[in-house]
Amino acid sequence: MNIFDILGPVMIGPSSSHTAGAVKLGYVARRLLGTEPIAAKIYLHGSFADTGRGHGTDRAVVAGILGMKEDDERIPFSYEIAAEKGFHFSMENIQLPGAHPNTVIMELTDAAGRRIEVQGSSIGGSRIMINKIDQAEVECTAEYPTLIIHNKDLPGCVAEVTSVLAAKKINIATMRLFRGKRGTQAVMIIEIDEAIEKEVIDKLEMIFGIMKVTYIPGM
Amino acid sequence: MAYRSLQEIIEFCEQENKAFWEAILEDDVSERGGAKADSVGKMQTMWQAMRDAGENYDGNLRSKSNLSGGDGAKMQEYSAAGGTIGGEFMAEVIAEALKTGESNACMKKIVAAPTAGACGVLPAVLLPMYRRGVSEEKIIEALYVAAGIGQVIAARAFISGAAGGCQAEVGSASSMAAGALVHLRGGSHKQILHAVAMAMKMLLGLVCDPVAGLVEVPCIKRNVGGAVNAIAAADMALAGIESVIPADEVIDAMKEVGMNMAPAYRETARGGLARTKTGRKITAGMKW
Ligand code: SF4
Repeated sequence: MNIFDILGPVMIGPSSSHTAGAVKLGYVARRLLGTEPIAAKIYLHGSFADTGRGHGTDRAVVAGILGMKEDDERIPFSYEIAAEKGFHFSMENIQLPGAHPNTVIMELTDAAGRRIEVQGSSIGGSRIMINKIDQAEVECTAEYPTLIIHNKDLPGCVAEVTSVLAAKKINIATMRLFRGKRGTQAVMIIEIDEAIEKEVIDKLEMIFGIMKVTYIPGM
Repeated sequence: MAYRSLQEIIEFCEQENKAFWEAILEDDVSERGGAKADSVGKMQTMWQAMRDAGENYDGNLRSKSNLSGGDGAKMQEYSAAGGTIGGEFMAEVIAEALKTGESNACMKKIVAAPTAGACGVLPAVLLPMYRRGVSEEKIIEALYVAAGIGQVIAARAFISGAAGGCQAEVGSASSMAAGALVHLRGGSHKQILHAVAMAMKMLLGLVCDPVAGLVEVPCIKRNVGGAVNAIAAADMALAGIESVIPADEVIDAMKEVGMNMAPAYRETARGGLARTKTGRKITAGMKW
């Protein structure tokens, strides 16, 4: 852990895991949708469901989906802000056998009807782990600048992506591939050393077989 | 490479003729990259946020559960009237710990140090020192000392109640605060380590038993305990009193105790104060 994991983050209380982590999960889900969400279905599991209301987990998740970070003083008022914006959401408890005790599932929809389903956990301190994106199992902490690339499971896709990054002198810290059944959809999670520019993302999106590129600056 | 023992830090300091805080600052720069000024700037942000949390405290706020709020203000009034048992300084420390802890419970902005639950301990000892003329520069140095201590505790043991009980959370915060105080008073490297060791020893075995699982009861008052405990440990170390068990070994003992702690005492709200008659009644009455 670096010293600012020890002294920090600056955050809205009361709980690193149940409040700050919850905001981050909502925020990452929003980034993964890539556009302004207009509606969400939120499901809380385990300790998020049991003690989440008292920790403001419910308001924190909504705040994150609305684009707030963990130190945003508007977090306690996220429901009111959602109402003003015309953002509709539902919140239910759910039981997810085997999932981490602090887990949430968020289904977001934008005005064009695009949907994304994200499952993530708050795993200690304010650190998070995204476990599933649209049913595909992944592992992503969003701690470092991260590229999340949905692609068709075709030969050559990975090589093309890495060559685009190499040409831009972007150093890959870690890279992992996740896929469902052979030949269907796959997800690449690439952590990089430094922030990247929009131009690189546009280049990546032009690669044949790439369906969607999401970039999350390190949090 | 982050340090894995406090002994290692002070050996490095002695060899290189550096201050404890410098060793931590330099390590942060080599770990995360960037310039020294960036790291110091970030630390200044943390300090500013701690000060803001104290200043923005509102004694009228209550937490969502209605269990917390207003006690920091009570303590300040009591102290202003004069005649506190522990003197004015101690009363201020107690008030600051309550204020930050309550602000946290009321969803205000705080600095996790090392966690949100223990966020009141460091500001509680640093703010009264600052108000008495310690420079901001010195406070920033002390925050590096505190962060370095916390980093070693996190590497050797743990810093969350869910992992190791409240000794890991408020105990760690108290050790960090004790080391920071020794630095503010110009103590030696060895005295920093003795203060860390003594602060942790005095809180060893402390369980995590929050009523209804909320970071309120007993957490807010435990911040007071952690802060007052830190002052006792720092004063002892500055008096030349030594811990028989070295700091790194005390941290290892904290880990061992935490690992053997039944799950009921690790933030599950199934033991201790959470299981008392009143604790259960409060839990049952929560309507959400
Ligand atoms: S009792 Fe538990 S939740 Fe409360 S401060 Fe201590 S470790 Fe944190």
